Amino acid sequence: MANNTTHTTEYKVLARVLLVLMFFTFLTISVTTYHLAAFSVTVALLIASVKGFFVLTYFMHLKYESTLLRILVAMIFVLYAVIILITFIDYAFR
Amino acid sequence: MSENVKHIEVHRDDEAAKLGMWLFIFTELLLFGGLFLVYSVFRAKYPANFHEGSLELSVTIGAINTIALLFSSMTIAMALTAMQKNNKKLAMQLIAITLLMATVFLFNKYIEWSAKFEHGLYPGSPLMPHLDRGHLLYFSLYFFMTGLHALHIIVGMVLLSVCFFRVRNGGIHSKKYVQLENGALYWHLVDLIWIFLFPLLYLIT
Repeated sequence: MANNTTHTTEYKVLARVLLVLMFFTFLTISVTTYHLAAFSVTVALLIASVKGFFVLTYFMHLKYESTLLRILVAMIFVLYAVIILITFIDYAFR
Repeated sequence: MSENVKHIEVHRDDEAAKLGMWLFIFTELLLFGGLFLVYSVFRAKYPANFHEGSLELSVTIGAINTIALLFSSMTIAMALTAMQKNNKKLAMQLIAITLLMATVFLFNKYIEWSAKFEHGLYPGSPLMPHLDRGHLLYFSLYFFMTGLHALHIIVGMVLLSVCFFRVRNGGIHSKKYVQLENGALYWHLVDLIWIFLFPLLYLIT
């Protein structure tokens, strides 16, 4: 039965992931009280990316998915990064 | 007589169902990605206005909503675990908690938007054209992005409600749960988008 190969994530693993996500939420809020000026965007996006990574890996089970799916997901983010890069190159040299 | 029992082989491919869901999620990511792109360009152009705009949002409500969504994301992931372990009752309770958290989120959104409406800030209001260009862009993007996200919350609630009733009447069970899995994936996507919306709209100064 190829249908039941899905990995079962234990409750405590999911609970731990939630704790990690909560920690980063409080971190990102407390970081704004320091005026990091130009770095505030970078730091906020960095923290959001870490949170996103945990959601994708554990909540969305990517850790236990096929290599094909993991590559596809990675490629979407690469594609999006390229779109941002091209837009900002266009925007900066206009 | 038992020889007469026929086995009807219904074609079923959970892997393909999940892949299909992921392809849909990719289109959603690019949809919101486009909006984030517009946001980034205008933020780079009008940093002062965007800063002032973000100060008018309540970080507390935003933080409560973030926690509500993160928590609901965990409960729906747990619901899938419960279903895989054939614990029907727990799965239903966890889906119900997820739906409750979604309601909390929408209620907070209602409070937030009402406050903006009272100040005359809403798409197409008489006040909006008189704002600075950066302000106008910030609030237009705020309403469009959070509005589109709230719409996704509502769609997610419908999908998870369907899952709830399918679990109850046995349509989803411990050997066949791909519908719940896909519903959960959609819910995590909604959470994932909010993870980026929250700092960009509420926090960045």
